[in-house]
Amino acid sequence: MSDFSFFLEVLVGGLLSGVMYTLVALGFVLIFKASGVFNFAQGAMVLFAALTFVGFLEFGLPAWAAFLAALAAMLVLAVAIERTVLRPLVGQDHMILFMATIGLSIFLEGFAQLIWGTRVRGLDLGISDEPIEIGGILISQFDLSAAAMAAALVAVLSAFFSYTKVGRALRAVADDTQAAQVAGVPLGFIWAVVWGAAGFIALVAGLVWGARLGVQFALTLVALKALPVMILGGFNSIAGAIVAGLVIGVSEKLAEIYLGPIIGGGIENWFPYALAIAVLLIRPAGLFGAARIARV
Amino acid sequence: MFYRDAGALKTSYAQEQAIFPVALDRWGVAIVLAVGALVVPLVAGPYWLGSILLPFLILSLAAIGLNLLTGYAGQLSLGSGAFMAVGAYAAINLVIRLPWLPFPVSFALAGMVAGAACLAFGLLSLRIRGFYVAVATLAAQFFIEWFCTHVPWLVLNTPSGVVSTPTLFLFGVDFSSVPARYLAAFATVVVLALLAKNLVRSSAGRALMAVRDHETAAELTGVDTARAKLTAFAVSGFYCGVAGALWSFLYLGNVEIEAFSLHRSFQILFMVIIGGLGSILGSFLGAAFIVLLPVAIANAATMFGAALKPDVLANLELMIFGGLIVGFLIIEPSGLARLAVKAKERLRRWPLPY
Repeated sequence: MSDFSFFLEVLVGGLLSGVMYTLVALGFVLIFKASGVFNFAQGAMVLFAALTFVGFLEFGLPAWAAFLAALAAMLVLAVAIERTVLRPLVGQDHMILFMATIGLSIFLEGFAQLIWGTRVRGLDLGISDEPIEIGGILISQFDLSAAAMAAALVAVLSAFFSYTKVGRALRAVADDTQAAQVAGVPLGFIWAVVWGAAGFIALVAGLVWGARLGVQFALTLVALKALPVMILGGFNSIAGAIVAGLVIGVSEKLAEIYLGPIIGGGIENWFPYALAIAVLLIRPAGLFGAARIARV
Repeated sequence: MFYRDAGALKTSYAQEQAIFPVALDRWGVAIVLAVGALVVPLVAGPYWLGSILLPFLILSLAAIGLNLLTGYAGQLSLGSGAFMAVGAYAAINLVIRLPWLPFPVSFALAGMVAGAACLAFGLLSLRIRGFYVAVATLAAQFFIEWFCTHVPWLVLNTPSGVVSTPTLFLFGVDFSSVPARYLAAFATVVVLALLAKNLVRSSAGRALMAVRDHETAAELTGVDTARAKLTAFAVSGFYCGVAGALWSFLYLGNVEIEAFSLHRSFQILFMVIIGGLGSILGSFLGAAFIVLLPVAIANAATMFGAALKPDVLANLELMIFGGLIVGFLIIEPSGLARLAVKAKERLRRWPLPY
């Protein structure tokens, strides 16, 4: 195989794995946009969703019923989080809220594994992982399907944001919380919706990542992969999350292959962070983030 | 009535500037120090001394380090574990490669290396703010973990990557018994905690708090914010580094990267949150809470019948832990230290309600 087609293969592989990062990062961005909370628990929600789905499958439910049941569980969880964590902490400093979500993520990790056990489970979505050949390069079918799912998810979310009443209310809250409240937007309800939507994204991400890695504790680490994506794309931009996910995916793969042999392997843990920070130093709000104007 | 600051007439500048101006505080600290140094090593068994008090002391030190950075200067750090690792790896290299250095000097130098590493990542805080700084320290965590496992020179070319620490000697005294290790940690922690207490009431410490409370306003009132932030990072790195060296040499007996993972960083962050952001006393209270909580949960489980399986117990522990953190943030965002302050106020006005 020629060097160029190998490069292309790495490139496409990186793009597709970048889509997987985007899937997780979307959940972060959604919550940050609507409530200004940096939700560290997104990774734990991915684990919780995937475990719940697999757990219902093991009860003998068909896949679609298990999906709906898991979705319902995520919605209940979202309402519970809004009631017990967010509502009492309204108006607190962002740092306090961030730390509360760290506590929440630990709670969820324990809770999910307490209910469903700590065993590593396989998850078969019925998509074959055989690579197919397109134009001389090998592409994983599974990654392609995941990318298609992510694209569909983004389309659904954008439509939801743009064309529904709740979506408009949501954007209003993101824009100016107090003004939205004055205009009669029920804040608690909107937050529950946002967390529910983040739960939905977590479920999709959990299925895709769970099928790839197995449904296990390591799924929570996926959140750490999504952080540089958010940093690079800006905390409040969905488009940013998509582009940054692709950039991170590609550069991580390229760095692993071309830089890895020079400075030693295993750099994928920190390379995305280094890249994201390098961008930050030039554009402190990320590639697509809105520049912050501080009021004194 | 019991805790009185009235009637304490100060007649010299030295009294005016004392770290503990109230007599009861002075006596309290003196008693704690005396009991900790003289009574505890004689009374406590090796389990309490070596497996509870020793980790408590060392983690308190790391918590003070993080508290200076996060609680006082307002820069959230998720990399304290990594900076502990820098201290531990620097200490093992100094102790083994330069055996003629007395070990307190090696540890202090190791702390400075960690301080320099922390400062290097802190430079990013001059350009970026808030969560972005937290993510930069997270990058530090991953990068340092990777660096420590990929440079064989750092682990003295040990193939396994785990180096056993040599026995420490100072003036011919052997620091391998449990009480000796406890006393070494105790002395270090006391000295560094007093230094930290002194730092936060100095002009440098006030500058840190000004940056935390409002960076722009601090800059407008003439605080050199860049200098304040970098001071916070360097000092915090030093404290974490010394704690890491102590953790490896006095507690674990070896240097390995698993002891300084992201999990450690979060553990220290929780100590600071539960203990109280912006309080030296809080760092100790938080560390005590986090070290004792798993012991208490395990004991409670055996008391209520040992029917719980270990994995269930581990998950329950996670849930209680997470729940407590959220609960603390809701009920008392200022942590255990705030409760101590409230108790003091009760003592002051007792028996009157107001």
